[in-house]
Amino acid sequence: MTAAASPPEVLRAPLVVEFPFTRSLGPVQSAFLTGLRERVVLGVTTSDGRVMVPPVEYDPVTADEIRDLVEVSATGTVTTWAWNGDPRPQQPLATPFAWVLVRLDGADTAILHALDAPDPESVSTGMRVRIRWAADRVGAITDIACFEPADTPAAPQAPPRVSPQAVPHDGVFADAVTGIVAEARLDYTYSPGRAQTAYINALSERRTVGERCPSCHKVYVPPRGACPTCGVATTDRVEVGPAGTVTTYCIVNIKARNLDIEVPYVYAHIALDGADLALHGRIGGIPYDQVRMGLRVEPVWTEGGRHPDHYRPTGEPDADYDVYKELI
Amino acid sequence: MARTSRHARDVAVVAFAQSDHRRDTDELSEVEMVMPVLHRVLARTGLKAGEIGFTCSGSSDYLAGRAFSFTMTLDGVGAWPPISESHVEMDGAWALYEAWVKIQTGEADTALVYAYGKSSPGSVRDVMTRQLDPYYLAPLWPDSVALAALQARALIDAGETDERALAAIGARSRTSAETNPHAQLRGPVPQGEYQVAPLRTGDCPPVSDGAAAVILAAGDVARGLCERPAWITGIDHRIEAHGLGLRDLTDSVSTRLAAEQAGVFEGTVDTAELHAPFSSQEVVLRKALRLGDEVDVNPSGGALAAHPVMAAGLIRIGEAAARIHRGESDRAVAHATSGPCLQQNLVAVLEGDRT
Repeated sequence: MTAAASPPEVLRAPLVVEFPFTRSLGPVQSAFLTGLRERVVLGVTTSDGRVMVPPVEYDPVTADEIRDLVEVSATGTVTTWAWNGDPRPQQPLATPFAWVLVRLDGADTAILHALDAPDPESVSTGMRVRIRWAADRVGAITDIACFEPADTPAAPQAPPRVSPQAVPHDGVFADAVTGIVAEARLDYTYSPGRAQTAYINALSERRTVGERCPSCHKVYVPPRGACPTCGVATTDRVEVGPAGTVTTYCIVNIKARNLDIEVPYVYAHIALDGADLALHGRIGGIPYDQVRMGLRVEPVWTEGGRHPDHYRPTGEPDADYDVYKELI
Repeated sequence: MARTSRHARDVAVVAFAQSDHRRDTDELSEVEMVMPVLHRVLARTGLKAGEIGFTCSGSSDYLAGRAFSFTMTLDGVGAWPPISESHVEMDGAWALYEAWVKIQTGEADTALVYAYGKSSPGSVRDVMTRQLDPYYLAPLWPDSVALAALQARALIDAGETDERALAAIGARSRTSAETNPHAQLRGPVPQGEYQVAPLRTGDCPPVSDGAAAVILAAGDVARGLCERPAWITGIDHRIEAHGLGLRDLTDSVSTRLAAEQAGVFEGTVDTAELHAPFSSQEVVLRKALRLGDEVDVNPSGGALAAHPVMAAGLIRIGEAAARIHRGESDRAVAHATSGPCLQQNLVAVLEGDRT
């Protein structure tokens, strides 16, 4: 059956990507983040005597390794700022705040953070600010809850440290933090595009459709909208299957977590009738050691399933090797 | 005759094509969006996909929200049987640089460079925070507009611009885009509310889906494919420190250095296509590239009129080249950027043969 591809009803679904990367800290970053936990701000001194806060491990100009730690003040000066009237969910403060670059007293470079201020009129370049420490500190940049104007009274539990000059520090703390978990979550709305929308919609009717290349006439399933050989759009929709031929297979002996399938089982490439590309699928309804190349199979759907649960033998004679050898 | 070259081979942009950039393209997968652009750029040269010596693309998994997303567009270049192919997780301008190097080595005479970005599936402001240093910056989620706003404030404090001048840059860009049928925003657009002050909506790039493609060719092959090739007489890219607080945000040392290495200052420039997603960044780039008022800056409308992330830099090279193809420019500078506050910058000089 061939039909011209019709305008799609676009499918959409939420797609959440979360990635908790575990990252190691070198000696400099370990000292800096452990220091924050202890309410001590450390920087490094470059060979030309500049103090970098936050500290880097290599001089950005000479690329020399730098390890000489110094302690600087928790008070500093705003070097530039921007008013964030509509904070985004994962940012440091939920109320409108200023992003600031702050040069802490004793440092020659600036650190980026949030400044808790009531309105943009109360923020200016050159204003004096100090660190507001987070109540729970774990050895992370967020141990600095934010900055606050330095002319407001300090919270009693967090007296500002006074070290107007950078003073040498050995960077040694009990129970140093050696790694961080960099958590991140990004939210997307995924749309699969025209070709794959048609494929997914057909599956909901327990049909499998591919698309034919107008140039080489091969039928691709699932269709992605383009012929990888000719580099042209595949336009004609073609229903394939339901039966097909096992072109090659493997026996799975390792049970995957959260997968309710007894091992061993067979995972196969299946060339559906009329398709020029094999799909993947599990083979059931036959002992695993009797599955073979050329076996004729058909899909088995389960109630509510959005794709075939597995494929089982049709009982037909095996397909001749020459018929499917191009599709292995 | 091409200019005296500092490189082993004369390489030119011989064709350019781009999509119509749009706020969203839900109905299209990546390959469905890219393929028509590939077909158009090939048609301009008469080359078939299989005749291209090297293919290189630029895109980002973080925009797509999935790993190895570039493989999905390979179907569009006819990647079977196997072709010589590469990918950069960067703007396509850097894919072009890789292709240019490949041609310089003599391993290819032609290259197809393409790039694409669909920003619409996610929140591009949040997505871009993931390119920041994971120890000191990324946990705070400072978004791309916030970081650009810090740079804009630094420029205003330094007396190099003001909010009115920034608004004029956005307005000029969108007016220029009136003659660019591919641009997303054309003509007057309200300057809008503060996104992150001092930047208003009109100072920020639109969120765009789009794609672009360029064909490079060497020497006589280029002359055979294009009436007036846009010779790349210089190209260079530089990066500077990751920490924003280490840099002077009112200057772009890396752009200036790349421009010197690319030979920008060895002649006069009539056109500049600058990848300045934020109005304030044009101020920095004009200074670094020493562009006077006589230079036509972003006649295409630039990134303030359309900003398909990962393709916008390649489009600057393509737009500059297309002006040379049409005889509207003799010597153009094209610029691409990546990273927060112009952290990485690529500069190319494009020249047409003069009769």
